[in-house]
Amino acid sequence: MMQLIKAASRNAARTGIILLIFALTATAFLVFTFTQTQPAIERSQQAKTLALLGQVLPPALYDNDLLDSQKSMPPDELLGTRQPSSMWVARRGEAITAVVLEAIAPDGYKGNIHLLVGIDIDGKLTGVRVTAHTETPGLGDYIERSKNPWIDQFVGKSLLEPDARHWKVAKDGGHFDARAGATITPRAVVKAVKRALEYFAQHRAALVAPPPKAAPAAKPAAPAKPETPAKETPAS
Amino acid sequence: MTMSEFHTLFQNGLSKQNAGLVQLLGLCPLLAISNTLVNALSLGLATMLVMVAASGAVSGARHFVPHEIRIPVFVLIIASLVTVVDLVMNAFVHPLYLVLGIFIPLITTNCIVLARADAFASKNRPLHSVVDAFAMGLGLTMVLVVLGGMRELAGQGTLLSGIDLVFGENAQPFVLHVLPDYQGFLLAVLPPGAFIALGLLIAAHNWNKARADQRARAAVPAAA
Repeated sequence: MMQLIKAASRNAARTGIILLIFALTATAFLVFTFTQTQPAIERSQQAKTLALLGQVLPPALYDNDLLDSQKSMPPDELLGTRQPSSMWVARRGEAITAVVLEAIAPDGYKGNIHLLVGIDIDGKLTGVRVTAHTETPGLGDYIERSKNPWIDQFVGKSLLEPDARHWKVAKDGGHFDARAGATITPRAVVKAVKRALEYFAQHRAALVAPPPKAAPAAKPAAPAKPETPAKETPAS
Repeated sequence: MTMSEFHTLFQNGLSKQNAGLVQLLGLCPLLAISNTLVNALSLGLATMLVMVAASGAVSGARHFVPHEIRIPVFVLIIASLVTVVDLVMNAFVHPLYLVLGIFIPLITTNCIVLARADAFASKNRPLHSVVDAFAMGLGLTMVLVVLGGMRELAGQGTLLSGIDLVFGENAQPFVLHVLPDYQGFLLAVLPPGAFIALGLLIAAHNWNKARADQRARAAVPAAA
């Protein structure tokens, strides 16, 4: 009996050690691959962010390192965010020329639509892109720029142009086209873009404030009243 | 390895024991990611790569693995290889990585990989195992590609859309707009389309096989 138990435990120990050796070998292999690929993965992630930012900001607007300008924003109802989101600030020379906000349309056909909204200092849209969504493929997914140029119609629009009554899809009597059969998706996007513009108008002073060190330079930008288009305080 | 062994392995992988059409193993990625040709081909190749590496590793280690713990060891080997493929794709073909997303890590759970490791590689020499895995993977990839092509053509009227995700923006002109101004056919793009298309493929495969059997039966008495 003793003999049997001994043999069984010896066998178990041997099996355990073999398993351990395999696990250690596999781990070493993974650690090696991870350290080898990490720099490239980071680079491709940064390149992806930069490429997206480049799509919503005309290159003439900035000469700063956009990745470096990233700021964290507190969650806000107008942006549709429940968690802190990111913001990027475009500068040419010292002057701030535009910002890029992350916004979420919570009322898509199948859930949240994540947007990147570029707004220049005058409150005009420089570009909008959908970064993530779960809309129906082939039906609601024409909001993706790679599928359809639909989203380009936001470029140059602001809270003044078109006016508040026309910040809707055409079907609701508004200014923006939408494909028949899929209006819920564009309706959500139009609403979210409008809210992002309103957010910018409300927080304009804080958003485009010069960096603290260059502060004394000047002209206190009057805090824009809610709903007031950013236009009324002309940029520098 | 003799020529006839080689031939048998390929015949099994590509037709007789085809993973997608006959064994019906690994259907999760098959149905989920076969909505375009490029997606299907990419996932097929990634799966094939993992299968070949896993079968080679399992076969090479088969004398050191006690029978009782063979499954955990095989899973460990497969999971590590999948993670390597995942990291490498993330690093070097990032846009495609974003499209295939969760389905790359899920290669680990694809039963065809473990099935070949346990049923074949753990009992055969490395060369045979690698060839077997290659043939099985190729069979699966071919089914995936045909399925992807069918669904893309019916669903979007194009072929090779998304090729720029693999080869960069310059590859954009390679996208074939087979049916210009096509309105799209949603059913083909959505999951039911995958089941329907796979059903058609299996039917075609079975019909072909039945015809071949019939011809063989007809030929035997004549020869006798």
